[in-house]
Amino acid sequence: MKYLDEYRDEALAGKIVAEIRRIVTRHWVLMEVCGGQTHTIVKYGIDHLLPDEVELVHGPGCPVCVTSLEMIDKAHAIARRPDVIFCSFGDMLRVPGSESDLLVLKSHGADIRVVYSPMDCLKIARANPDKKVVFFAIGFETTAPGNAMAAWQAKQQGIRNFSVLVSHVLVPPAMESILASPLNRVQGFLGPGHVCTVVGYEEYEPLAARFHVPIVVTGFEPLDLLEGVLMTVRQLEAGTYEVQNQYPRVVKREGNRVARDLVDKVFEVCDRKWRGIGMIPRSGYRLREELRDHDAERLFEVKEIDTAEPSICMSGLVLQGVKKPHDCPAFGTLCTPLHPLGATMVSAEGACAAYYAYGRHLECEKKELATV
Amino acid sequence: MTTPDAAARNGSEAVSVLTGSCPLPRSNYQDIVLAHGSGGKLSQELIQKIVLPEFRNDLLEPLHDGALFSIGEARLAFSTDSYVVSPIFFPGGDIGKLAVHGTVNDLAMCGARPLHLSVGFILEEGLPMGDFQRVVRSMREAANAAGVNLATGDTKVVDRGKADKIFINTSGIGVVPKGVNIDPKRARPGDKIILSGTIATHGIAIMSVREGLEFETEIASDTAPLNGLVEAIFATGTDVHVLRDPTRGGITSALSEITQSAGTGMILEEARIPILEEVKGACEILGLDPLYVANEGKLIAIVPADAADAVLAAMRAHPLGLHAAIIGEVTGDHAGFVLMKTRIGGTRVVDMLSGEQLPRIC
Repeated sequence: MKYLDEYRDEALAGKIVAEIRRIVTRHWVLMEVCGGQTHTIVKYGIDHLLPDEVELVHGPGCPVCVTSLEMIDKAHAIARRPDVIFCSFGDMLRVPGSESDLLVLKSHGADIRVVYSPMDCLKIARANPDKKVVFFAIGFETTAPGNAMAAWQAKQQGIRNFSVLVSHVLVPPAMESILASPLNRVQGFLGPGHVCTVVGYEEYEPLAARFHVPIVVTGFEPLDLLEGVLMTVRQLEAGTYEVQNQYPRVVKREGNRVARDLVDKVFEVCDRKWRGIGMIPRSGYRLREELRDHDAERLFEVKEIDTAEPSICMSGLVLQGVKKPHDCPAFGTLCTPLHPLGATMVSAEGACAAYYAYGRHLECEKKELATV
Repeated sequence: MTTPDAAARNGSEAVSVLTGSCPLPRSNYQDIVLAHGSGGKLSQELIQKIVLPEFRNDLLEPLHDGALFSIGEARLAFSTDSYVVSPIFFPGGDIGKLAVHGTVNDLAMCGARPLHLSVGFILEEGLPMGDFQRVVRSMREAANAAGVNLATGDTKVVDRGKADKIFINTSGIGVVPKGVNIDPKRARPGDKIILSGTIATHGIAIMSVREGLEFETEIASDTAPLNGLVEAIFATGTDVHVLRDPTRGGITSALSEITQSAGTGMILEEARIPILEEVKGACEILGLDPLYVANEGKLIAIVPADAADAVLAAMRAHPLGLHAAIIGEVTGDHAGFVLMKTRIGGTRVVDMLSGEQLPRIC
């Protein structure tokens, strides 16, 4: 398939792996920031192809995983209301809140719909003028323009029965929080390609300079990931710490100016609590005052909800790259996609779920895996 | 330490003991959710925990596509299936055609020659008469094409809103020819796994109409009766070990179930699994893995290695097997698990889906 098969070529992959092997002289810890990148790495067995010196740890870039339990409970409280049609991206449906998940609420009669684009919610709102249509706007900078457009259009077109429950998070503050942590092991980053498609990578340059870490903005196909690893290892071996762009077919340094302007018009930066990590200052978006009529949190006045995570779940450490999924005693035994203890197991992009889906819980099978 | 299963048996109290203050897991569903019907792990759990303990008997136990039994000299296959697809008309087919093909194929996957089908309709008040007529006519045409007889039936009407337009159940019986012994337990290390054509087409065809997604090319369902293709395979004289049509849950669920029944493993080669370009593109856009997407009109044959080329040739000579391919083989290692050599040379386990496959955010 054009523009896909070229990036999944076995012979080229072999060449890049050989080059990584040739230049690497010592152990390096690299973090891929995005959940989509983690997914590709595990799906294609990329980490098995790399030399032992290159260790990949998985970052906090799964927006479903890092959405706080309080926010999920708020979403459920709104979704339960009989006057509401609650719209969400698909992978949020199975994420457990304190009492339930959206699939269960749906089975109890709540009107919950999966949408591919937030703009679809506007159609639903127009078609159901007697209902309040709420979109659960989660995600990083990648989904922000689409979500912003839905809120903006609702305001422009006077669609009063549409609102958004905003739980947006931002990548650079999370990377800063990981790098500043005394537990940090990360020496180089595969930067988030699609986030940078929107916002560019100027913002990453001060991070690289301040913490002396190379950051290579990387794509999502197997060859993208391998090339990103090669470029990062090259910098580490050379002792440089620049921001490089592996993904120029999509990413420009300044990002997408039109999208950024729209996001700025609709959202403002706020503090945000991340599941498993905690409060990170200036790490999220909320709707600006001008769009208050479309802000579900204000409209529905859901009260703050006290929540507690299971003590055994170490998803916070997994999200920060300190631990890997199989370091957790519950992984694959007490905690599986059918019986998830933490969000990194529920969302398809969560590191624990990716490890499970692609068979990493079969420790005893490891030898066969390596030799097949 | 308490196991999750023990916790499940003891209910939610055990779960909270297990995880301290944990308010989280929604593992032991108190009600049916849609994922119980997805053909993945939750479907399996539902059958194993609720249905099988009550119904247990020798005919049901293999959990095959149909039951096999003898009356006098004759070996018969008996199978049933219900159809609730929405929308009821879709590119390449409709619910009626699907209902005939589904049971014909379930019988064919038992190695049987399908003979007679029963049809049960549940109709929603308000269904346009023309739509019903169209479905019934389509069933007659499908039955004629498959060479089966719609021998008995029943019709019920329910209040508006109590069903979605039309639900259909079909059951069928067929005769298993002498010398044919299809059984998932018969998959042996070394056997070749042959797939009759491209995957994921039906699931994507349905989804594109259901979600109102507009692709440049229309993707039509590949629903078809497989009994003719099975006869072509049998005509090679091969002792076919396993046949399976990978419908709900995709080829992954079908193959995982076979490894579990047979106590073997499997190794697949991703690059050899046929898929239409437009279906692959749609899966990429929607964030779906085609290995888990439903198929119709496709079968998996597991045959001894020395017969694989003959079976492949026979399949490719049949209109429904033009794109047939050997996609992997049965192994003695890693029993119960399907491994796949990925396109770039890595390896991963292909596991059955836990819930419904949900579109990813980005």
